[in-house]
Amino acid sequence: MFGVMALGALVLSPPVFAAGSGAAKMEPANNVLGNVRSLQRGARNFVNYCMGCHSAKYVRYNRLADDLQLSEQQVTDNLMFVGEKLLDTMDIAMDPLDAGRWFGQVPPDLSLIARAKGTDYVFNYLKGFYLDPDRRNGTDNLFLPGASMPHVLWELQGLQKPVYEAIIDANGDVHKIMAGFEQVTEGLLNTEEYDQFVRDLTNFLEYISEPVKLERQKLGVRVLLFLLVFFLFSYLLKQEYWKDIK
Amino acid sequence: MKSERTPALERVTERLHALLIWIDARFPLSKMWREHISEYYAPKNFNFWYYFGSLAMLVLVLQIVTGIFLTMSYKPSAAEAFASVEYIMRDVNWGWLIRYMHSTGASAIFIVVYLHMFRAVLYGSYKKPRELLWLFGMLIYVALMAEAFFGYLLPWGQMSYWGAQVIVSLFGAIPFGIGEALVEWVRGDYFISDITLNRFFALHVIAVPFALVFLVIAHILALHEVGSNNPDGIEIKENKDADGIPRDGIPFHPYYTVKDIMGVAVFLALFSAVVFFAPEMGGYFLEHANFEPANSLKTPEHIAPVWYFTPFYAILRAVPDKLMGVLLMGAAIVVLFILPWLDRSPVRSIRYRGWIFKLAVTLFAISFLALGYLGLQPVSATFTLAARVFTAIYFMFFLLMPFYTRWDRTKPVPDRVTFHV
Repeated sequence: MFGVMALGALVLSPPVFAAGSGAAKMEPANNVLGNVRSLQRGARNFVNYCMGCHSAKYVRYNRLADDLQLSEQQVTDNLMFVGEKLLDTMDIAMDPLDAGRWFGQVPPDLSLIARAKGTDYVFNYLKGFYLDPDRRNGTDNLFLPGASMPHVLWELQGLQKPVYEAIIDANGDVHKIMAGFEQVTEGLLNTEEYDQFVRDLTNFLEYISEPVKLERQKLGVRVLLFLLVFFLFSYLLKQEYWKDIK
Repeated sequence: MKSERTPALERVTERLHALLIWIDARFPLSKMWREHISEYYAPKNFNFWYYFGSLAMLVLVLQIVTGIFLTMSYKPSAAEAFASVEYIMRDVNWGWLIRYMHSTGASAIFIVVYLHMFRAVLYGSYKKPRELLWLFGMLIYVALMAEAFFGYLLPWGQMSYWGAQVIVSLFGAIPFGIGEALVEWVRGDYFISDITLNRFFALHVIAVPFALVFLVIAHILALHEVGSNNPDGIEIKENKDADGIPRDGIPFHPYYTVKDIMGVAVFLALFSAVVFFAPEMGGYFLEHANFEPANSLKTPEHIAPVWYFTPFYAILRAVPDKLMGVLLMGAAIVVLFILPWLDRSPVRSIRYRGWIFKLAVTLFAISFLALGYLGLQPVSATFTLAARVFTAIYFMFFLLMPFYTRWDRTKPVPDRVTFHV
């Protein structure tokens, strides 16, 4: 049957995850949400490097203190720089109209970016800036071609340029494809350190995209255990009533 | 078992009994309990497929209750809707749980209802005298689709916005200038806007739930009037004992209440597994793009409706002409309404039907699932071809039914119900 065969072929192909350009291959982010130290470092990285332009307007500072196991004093001293209150959300002062004029578009709020795009995308995007003299910022991004964001972390990562490879397709035409990056200038961090920096940041972004995630999983285990016990009793009750039904 | 009663308890029992007599003189409470629960005789051979009716009611109640609590913190305005959902997720106590129950419940009710409907197809539960029961069920299904569609706009994410944009614009295919005017009338604006969001909110929280509850009551009244079908498709009322009780019937309470509670336990375990461990369900229950606020200037790369609409969406896309596509999509739902009059088989249950019907049902189930998958995928030549093939199978199942159900060689139906393990 054609129908059955077609179905088989369809089931085997994986579902699509719409995240920017699907062409470039992504490394897994491998961040661990339960790693509180990593989240603390990620929070530090976020307020120091991202929050100049990006808000996280649904995230409250006091919630950070609770979830990241920091005292309110620590949060005030290390994460709040312009007189915010603990009950405030992580908003920024930049006027969206100005931002639009300066960057070409308003830098998006990052509260939910990890849920919208996936952690792998965030991780790879932050590693994917390369030199491109045609762009206004001097850089483009492998995972978001035409990105209006400049390479904010260039000082840490250093600058890289793309390495192209020529491949010949079935028709004999030559195509230039990007095969990888080559370091042009050294950054303050070496490759592993930069990966860890970006991984911590990704971890923090995953956390703020759903602060309750770990808690819900913990509660879920208890709920399922309760339902298991409830099922056993309901099963025995049913058996008791139904034993005479033939 | 005999229980010892203290005098105090005895007095309370007496008072309660007196209260019941007082009520029964004014309202048919005991009568209704007997008619619909304790003396409603259901066939004793219900199998796995018979859990989904009570489960559909459970999920409907869950949706109404969680919906009420969501409404307390949700703001139906284009400027605030997205933020208010995040407020529920982060700042409202247990808001995240209520919201995930509601979003998971939306998908769960369709899973349960699709299985419930497929049960009716397998065992011929729509056949005489249950045609009206089936029609009420179909109206419930259509109301559920409307409810899901209106509700999906409310979080005001990118997929909410563009999904509504695509579906509302389908009405625009109607010619003679009617379509455009109709689309404008539905939106209340020249594009999906704050006005649209407000009216969809009204329809989602009042109009459609009201209709749904009314239809569910009608569905159950119709069921209790004609009696439940069963996996053998036998009319148990035709074989009654001296007391007028069907020999193959057992009282709904306690037999099916305890059995359904067991079903509820299993269902809730699966439901909770999603709510607590995979509320997005890989992007099928909560779509990734919907975590971005609606932006009327930025069209997402790939717009697909939520999974429960995708079989019909695939049918729509399989037709090159927009108007014909919309009509065919409508026909795919309308044809379900006339199912009781398409089936000419002398037997109800698939157990006593011949190979043609069994093959037809199998192909129908495969094509429905395949269309559901195809509706989620971006358009490609191969997929469009496949969608056309499966659309053809989908319609042939119904349109050829009057013929193949008559030709099909059926088996003799037993007098009494049977148990299959």
